[in-house]
Amino acid sequence: MIAILDYGVGNLFSLKSSFGVIGAEAFVTADPEVIRKADRLILPGVGAFADAAEKLRASGLDSVLKEEAAQGKPLMGICLGMQLLFERSFEYGEHEGLGLLKGEIRPIAEQIPQGLKIPQMGWNGLIIKRESPLLRYTREGDFVYFVHSYSAVGCDDSLLATTEYGAELTACVGKGNVFGCQFHPEKSGNVGLNILKAFCETEATA
Amino acid sequence: MITKRIIPCLDVRDGRVVKGINFEKLGDVASPVDLARYYSDNGADELVFYDITASAEGRALFTDILTETAATVFIPLTVGGGINSTADFDRVLKCGADKVSVNSGAIRDPSLVGKAAKLYGDQCVVLSADVKRVDGVFRVFAKGGRENTGMEAIEWIRRCVGEGAGEVVVNSIDTDGVKQGFDLEMLEKVCEAVHVPVIASGGAGKIEDFITLFKTLPGVDAGLAASIFHFGEVKISDLKQTMAEQGIPARL
Repeated sequence: MIAILDYGVGNLFSLKSSFGVIGAEAFVTADPEVIRKADRLILPGVGAFADAAEKLRASGLDSVLKEEAAQGKPLMGICLGMQLLFERSFEYGEHEGLGLLKGEIRPIAEQIPQGLKIPQMGWNGLIIKRESPLLRYTREGDFVYFVHSYSAVGCDDSLLATTEYGAELTACVGKGNVFGCQFHPEKSGNVGLNILKAFCETEATA
Repeated sequence: MITKRIIPCLDVRDGRVVKGINFEKLGDVASPVDLARYYSDNGADELVFYDITASAEGRALFTDILTETAATVFIPLTVGGGINSTADFDRVLKCGADKVSVNSGAIRDPSLVGKAAKLYGDQCVVLSADVKRVDGVFRVFAKGGRENTGMEAIEWIRRCVGEGAGEVVVNSIDTDGVKQGFDLEMLEKVCEAVHVPVIASGGAGKIEDFITLFKTLPGVDAGLAASIFHFGEVKISDLKQTMAEQGIPARL
């Protein structure tokens, strides 16, 4: 069973449905007991980093997440949820993240040449950097759907895939039992569903 | 490299797709859910559902089909039509819409774009503008293109983007339905004025019209059309194959 963490950020309908079509049972929940019982966790999120980080802390789910991740339970952050896994973000100030992955969140404006539109909105190809169980069904160049103005930097030790948008931006990360997608797998057609399927097949780490 | 998006638009009334649609193999398709799935399977990068219902019952049917679509189709879904308040945003977002497009609602209440952007994020708010030349000036039209608001269109679009619209659909009334190609002159002016994704609408009649659009105006991010896709005059899979052959980034 998969727990999709509901901490008051964004619409989780498509995400829940996408697990349904790949035959996985998923619950949208804010209940720490359900989260502790779940086999796998999804940290979703859209909007601003500071607001989401604050809501996660206020709900008390930040410590539940850290405990569960420390016990080796597979966890995947999506979009802003992925950004929250890192140490800090520089979106409107400096804000602390969960620190489950090494690296920080920086504006893509600092990383790409001028003239490209921000946010990056649309379908872009994946450039695979490292083999991972998360990408077992994913091929080089597969297209996924992005909507973002910030991305992770300094995350070489967890980098799984990038995407080319004037420069290579972090698209997918994973280390041990902690994974993250900057793009929206639940909006990326079959390629995205396959990434969710692969996540459902990841093993807990000891 | 980010790809150019191809977006079919479905007009929905009382829970059914407007205009008889006839596909080989599929026969008559009036269910928006089936049609959405068909497009998704055949390479559409995104879908627009446009609610042209007038009644409350029709509106309830619309949210039902929206929910059903979002539960089975996993590409971005934009919803427009009858969006007049942040409560309307809320209603369709809860049913699985990813983006919400405002047109007459923003003309009636120019603060709507800003309010919605603050609540749901810029990426969620799409400004849709129906534009027509009147005495050589681009004017914004309301009520499905029937009423001249008198507002200069480029300034209106710039203002809404300034308020937080994260994407702009430019529908040229002058080229709409003519099938002689997109309104390149109008689109160029919009691309010069704003730095958010621009979606071209109105005028596509054949594959070459999309090729010309993307080759002439690199600032245009997506092409939207309705009947040419519904009637099978242009197959999305063929269109995207041709785009790729012509060196236009396309998701295949």
